[in-house]
This record gives sequence, C-alpha cells and structure tokens, in this order.
Amino acid sequence: MRELLRILSTNPMSLTRQDVEKIAHLARLSITEQEMPVYVHSLSSIVNFVDELSRVDTKGVLPMAHPLDGQHQRLRADLVSESDNHEKYQQNAPAVTAGLYVVPRVIE
Amino acid sequence: MLHNLFIGELADRLSKRQISSAELTRHFLGRIERLNPALNAMITLTAEQALADAAAADARLGRGERGPLLGIPLIHKDIFCTAGVKTSCGSRMLDNFVSPYDAHVVARLKAAGSVMLGKSNMDEFAMGSSNETSYYGPVKNPWDVSKVPGGSSGGSAAATAARLTSFATGTDTGGSIRQPAALTGVVGLKPTYGRVSRYGMVAFASSLDQAGVFARSAGDAAAVLQVMAGFDPRDSTSVDVVVPDYTQALGQPLRGMKIGLLREFFEGLEPRNAALLEDALNIYTGLGAETREVSLPHLPLSVPTYYVVAPAECSSNLSRFDGVRYGHRCDNPKDLMDLYKRSRGEGFGAEVKRRIMTGTYVLSAGYFDAYYLKAQKARRLITDEFRSAFEKVDLVIGPTTPTPAFDIGAKMDDPVLMYLNDIYTIGANLAGLPGVSVPCGFVDGLPMGLQLIGPHFAEAKLLNAAHQYQQATDWHMHAPRGYE
Repeated sequence: MRELLRILSTNPMSLTRQDVEKIAHLARLSITEQEMPVYVHSLSSIVNFVDELSRVDTKGVLPMAHPLDGQHQRLRADLVSESDNHEKYQQNAPAVTAGLYVVPRVIE
Repeated sequence: MLHNLFIGELADRLSKRQISSAELTRHFLGRIERLNPALNAMITLTAEQALADAAAADARLGRGERGPLLGIPLIHKDIFCTAGVKTSCGSRMLDNFVSPYDAHVVARLKAAGSVMLGKSNMDEFAMGSSNETSYYGPVKNPWDVSKVPGGSSGGSAAATAARLTSFATGTDTGGSIRQPAALTGVVGLKPTYGRVSRYGMVAFASSLDQAGVFARSAGDAAAVLQVMAGFDPRDSTSVDVVVPDYTQALGQPLRGMKIGLLREFFEGLEPRNAALLEDALNIYTGLGAETREVSLPHLPLSVPTYYVVAPAECSSNLSRFDGVRYGHRCDNPKDLMDLYKRSRGEGFGAEVKRRIMTGTYVLSAGYFDAYYLKAQKARRLITDEFRSAFEKVDLVIGPTTPTPAFDIGAKMDDPVLMYLNDIYTIGANLAGLPGVSVPCGFVDGLPMGLQLIGPHFAEAKLLNAAHQYQQATDWHMHAPRGYE
C-alpha cells in the first residue's frame, strides 16, 4: 500500500492540453478555459497512477468483464412485455412536439 | 427513545399496537426537521407521502398483518428511482428529473410496508469518497460537523448515525456503503453482485454497482436484506439463487469458523487502527473462531484496476445524458454538438467530468489494450486470489478505511489521494463479493469500522459474524453527541 503512495510523488505531466481537448470532444463535454489546466493536471496524475498496472505480468490471463464469471446472459420469450408509456416518459424531456423530442436542426 | 430502538424492537411494539407507524414517522420527521439542517443529509423530504404510507401501514397492522419492516421508516439514497418523486443522483443534470417508476429495491421495501421519509444526499452520480461532490453541497459527519461522512452514500450514513431514520439504502461500487458506514459508526452491508436487483438504480459502473443497506446493527441489516434480496428478471445480471433466512442464521455459534487476516491489509496499518483490529480479533478468538493469515499479493493493485474499470463503465453509462430526452439542457444551443457539449458540461460537476474523461481515454483507440484490457486481466488475478483464500478460510477480516473521517475540503484538490480512501473496500467490488463494515471503536473520538468479506452469497455467514461480534461488544450502541 505504501508503494501506491510512492507513485504519487513521481508526477510528470503525461497528458497535454491537446490530449485533454481531444478527450473532452470525444466525451462531448464543454470544458471552460479556467477548468482546462486543472483537468490537464489531475487527469495526468490519474493516468500516472493507473500506469502502475503496466508492471503486472498478465501473460495468459483472460480479461474479466463480469464479477460472476460463468454467468451467461439470460434470454426471455419474444413477447411484448412493455406498454407504451411515452407520454409519461416525455414529461421529463426538455422539449417535445407532437410526441417527438426536439433538437436543433441537423440537416440544412 | 424511539429513535434508538432497533428494527426488531420497533416491529415488536408496532405489532403489539404500543406505538403506531404514524407516531414513529412523525417522530423521525421531527428529528429530520430539527437536526438535518446542520448535516445536509437530505435532498428531498416526502413528509406528506410518508404520513399517508404510515397510515396505510397502521391499517395493515390493524387488520392483523405482521411483517419485520411493516410501518418502519427509512430513507432512500437519491440514486434509486421513486415514482413521482425527484431522483437527482446528487447532480445538477437530474435536478429536474422526476422518476416515472420505482426501482426494484424501492418497490420491494414499499410492498413490505416500510415508510419512505425522503431521499438522501450523495456524491454526484455516486462518484466520490467524501460526499463533497454533490450538487446539493457536502454532507457533514454527525460525530464532528467539520468532518466528511464518507461517500458516496454519505447522506444515508449520516442520517442513520444521527438517528434520523431506522435504516437507509445505499449503493456500493468501490466502497460507497462500507466506507461511510465506518466513518459514521454504523453497519454498512454490500451484498454479493447480483444479489439485489439494479433495476431503477441510476448506473455508474454496471459490473461493480450493488445496492445495500445502512443500519445500526447486523440484526437490522439482516431484516432489511431479507426484503431487498432476490431474483428480478428486469436486471440482466440478477442471480436466481435462493435467498436464505438471514435473521434465522444470526444464532450460529462461531466455534471453528476460520477467519483470514489479509496480510496486505494489515501491512503498514496506522497503529491505533491496528490496535482496534487486534481487539476485534481477540473477541473473535474468544467466541471460538480461529484466525490465520492469508495473502493476496495482487490486492494492492485494486485501486489502479478500479480507476480504469469504473471510469470506463461510467463514461459509457453516462453517455445517456444528452440533453435531449431528460435531464439538464443548455440555453440556446447553436447546433446539436453544442447542445450535447454544453448540456453535459453544465450538468455534470468536476469529478464526474474527470471520471468520464478518464474512462473515455482508457477506452480510446491506442489505449484500450494498455489500460482497459490490462485492468480486466488484473481484475481476474485479484478475483482468483480471493477464490483461493476462501478455500482456506470462511471469511476474511481487515480495516474498512485507513483513517477516521477527515476534514471537509482536505482531499478535494487531489483526486488520487481521495481515491486511496477506497483502498480496503474496492477488492470486494472487483471480485463481486459481499462485505460488511461494523463499528469497532474510536480514534480521536471518531468511529472506525472493521470489514468482513465473504465468498459469493455468504451474506448469512457475514451477518452472523457481525452479529456475534455485536453481542460481545457495544460499539454499535454509541450515538454521536447531540443525537442520542
């Protein structure tokens, strides 16, 4: 556990501003000018921290996606199980017209 | 006083009609009104509905109906959908969201006749270890209001510790039930992954998230889990395994039980934390349990493994918040991209954005193998080591947290330092194991917890081990000053 704390003190910037701008775009997040340096710094320290994993020998180990290994996805009968509740669900929508979600024009 | 009674005692008085659910509900609502302003443990109060539900519970009791939670008040973490009631998940993104339906956990507890008092404050989207990332402001620890209550289920923990409710629900993705339970001096149970349905629980990291319970005793936690646990076809990872009688299992003697001391957890432990655990081990050997050391050499990798897997799943889960179907939408978007980016940029707080970006990075082209696949492999190594340990011992024991509650603001500038709070709790999530934190003493006047972790579906064994400890000690009987 002390080992982990040691890693924190060795902290070169591993991500650049351009990296973070690209990640933010992929994640569809607007980041303000003031926030940007904070994210460059904190995301760099997180990446440095998780880089510790590169030292582990995982040769021949299968990736584990699910904690109860061996469980398989259940199938159900192909029958209607949900009723139409769109009016109820759309009460939470920011903009609806005639049962349709409204967004800015996509095709000119 | 009513608020100090355990669930079994309350149920007994309700069934003998010595008290009514309405009286009990008014008592707790009064305490919330008087004591919560100093704690900020609640996001929404549902007083009117609570009194109606209490009257309905009283009517059921009047017809001769009985049940372990019938008429008993509770608080739900604001991550569980509650039909007709706001479900904010501690975020500006969902500040205007009213759930159209009940989560499975909510529906089960409602059917059992328990009475929802309101919904508790939490770290935004359950991402945090101190309850400081909430859009609704930090929750304060009732033991010392300058300290954090832990997180992410900090409101449920603080409310249970301050006796604002009989019990509360929570969710635990990397320790979000056990860590705040330890820091506020209550029992926090995270069941096996798949034991309790995730239906209607806002998703953070779907392969790790699990619903559980805050209570003041292991016996109370057993009564609540009994109602929450069970198969639900609406959660594709819900497991169809028989739910045992948890309360019945509380009477088992511990003679011959083998408890494993996790070497990696005891190494470098702060001396006063180590001394409390030493005392607990003496209690357990006095009760007839045997202890032996077990080693999980890859366990120290839990935190970096988790901080790849959880953000990756988070970035994918939180992509649903697009400003189109529900949740926050920015003003005057100039095009669809602007709508997505500004709605999400404004709706999410700093830590949530940090986790989404971490997850986006580790899943992006060129980094997927090095980070995400590598972490999934490390996850298997850790899980396999737990499995081998449980071939030798029945349960493992260790601390829940490295230190007692820390000052509000102390770790907010350093995310990695904050992440290390979860160092002892994350392993159980990665491996899908049940874990419980039980109050085991005080450091600097602040409560500390011991943690028991068991094999998959060993909740009965865990709760019994916690219960036996509480029969031999009285740490769980202490109340914070001003909340007795």
